[in-house]
Amino acid sequence: MPGFSSGDAAWILAATSMVVLMTMGLGFFYGGMVRRKNVVSMISLSFVSMVLVSLQWVLVGYSLSFGGNVLGGFVGGLEYAGLRGIAVDQPTPGLEGLPHLAFVAFQMTFAAITLAILTSALAERVKLGAFLVFGLLWTTLVYDPVAHWVWGGGWLHTWLHEALGAAPLDFAGGTVVHITSGFAALVLALVVGKRIGYGEYNMAPHNIPLTLIGTALLWFGWFGFNAGSALAADASAANALLVTHIAASAGALAWLVASWVRDKPGSLGLASGAVAGLVAITPAAGYVGAGAAVVIGAVAGLLCYGAMLFRIARGLDESLDAWAVHGMGGLWGAIATGIFADASVGGVSGLLQGNVAQFIAQVVDAGVAIAYTVVVTYIIAKIVEALLGLRVTETEEYVGLDLLQHGEEAYAWGG
Amino acid sequence: MKKIEAIIRPEKLEQVKKALEENGYTGMTVIEVRGRGEQRGIKLQFRGRSITVDLLTKIKIEIVTPDEDVDKIVEIIAKNARTGRPGDGRIFIIPVEKAIRIRTGEVFE
Repeated sequence: MPGFSSGDAAWILAATSMVVLMTMGLGFFYGGMVRRKNVVSMISLSFVSMVLVSLQWVLVGYSLSFGGNVLGGFVGGLEYAGLRGIAVDQPTPGLEGLPHLAFVAFQMTFAAITLAILTSALAERVKLGAFLVFGLLWTTLVYDPVAHWVWGGGWLHTWLHEALGAAPLDFAGGTVVHITSGFAALVLALVVGKRIGYGEYNMAPHNIPLTLIGTALLWFGWFGFNAGSALAADASAANALLVTHIAASAGALAWLVASWVRDKPGSLGLASGAVAGLVAITPAAGYVGAGAAVVIGAVAGLLCYGAMLFRIARGLDESLDAWAVHGMGGLWGAIATGIFADASVGGVSGLLQGNVAQFIAQVVDAGVAIAYTVVVTYIIAKIVEALLGLRVTETEEYVGLDLLQHGEEAYAWGG
Repeated sequence: MKKIEAIIRPEKLEQVKKALEENGYTGMTVIEVRGRGEQRGIKLQFRGRSITVDLLTKIKIEIVTPDEDVDKIVEIIAKNARTGRPGDGRIFIIPVEKAIRIRTGEVFE
């Protein structure tokens, strides 16, 4: 075997496992927030996202994301399709200490959780079969190209680097994971339409402890997500882990206090604020210190809370707030990376250190990702809607997806 | 004195409760139940197979009230629980002999 670093490999394998757990945890996070007749369906959507995208990833996804440029750098080539040409003992390109397959697996979990996040928009009303088709198309046509632009050396990265002298920074997927899933959720919610009785019937979360368990798993897994993105067991990973936790704490406290001012300090606010902080620090985790993490997390908590109130005021049923938390949190994180990047942490300066170009690169990068995601998601959703129909019938929605789609009940009667 | 038992759709509870409260009727007991009516539940087709969901989740509201309030309460419940589709539920009116307030021992007849 080549000179692999067992420390790096061990950490990335552990981090990969943590992100897998995080994706299942997202199912619990969402599952607690729906009505009891749809909890099996909601949790299953995260599991389904995991298994579907994992297979897509080894067949074409990894290659489309990290293969060599084709179509002018729009997407990666198919040289790694089916993981061909990747020997067991081959190191990751550019990272001699890390087995290539560890990198493939780690990146796979990012693609999987991205699809799981956007299931927020489909809560309590989606046809499972249509979701499978949508998910496959979306991951292939939205996630993979955007991952290629940001991480795979695609056109956006190259173009910004040439135009501004500053390549966009996205340490662990603020743009690739959170902006794409969050804005796709918004578009999808508009195409699918509101749940029957939205704004009229009681749709309160049926099991808040379940959501809190999901939050705990997300929080834990996020250390693998962000600190794993250092791709080594090194100082950058240590910094990423610390700032991730600090930003989550600041986000949780900010949302809690803001919701307290308006009403009561709900635990759901605490949980959502933590996730908002985690999302926002994600692109910045390798480039900022703990002080900036406090600001990034706290602003994320307030901004995402405001975005949620805006969504509700507009009567948009983007049911579990992927847009407010991941979309807006990811956007803020991308911009904040351009503001707070600290040369002493990650070797790149941001706006506060006088690097205007980096700030512009971040804004353009996020803007392009949003525009592309919105347009392509809309087209895919409309096509699947026309061919298969994305949502169940009114009667099925009334009875609930657990019984209808899965033939199961979370809380069986007389059992 | 009568007891009104209304079996309604769960999603209509908030609306019914609010309407009753706006008319000054605050006391009630609410129970989550399952049941079926003349349609024997809901029949659906799923991937070519027929599925019957025979016991559907419902809410039962129980209100004990003087005779003169019965019609008004029934009217409020019926109006606010109605969707016009099968499964809207039933309202039953049952005579009550006596009611005792546990705190004070007060007896209502």
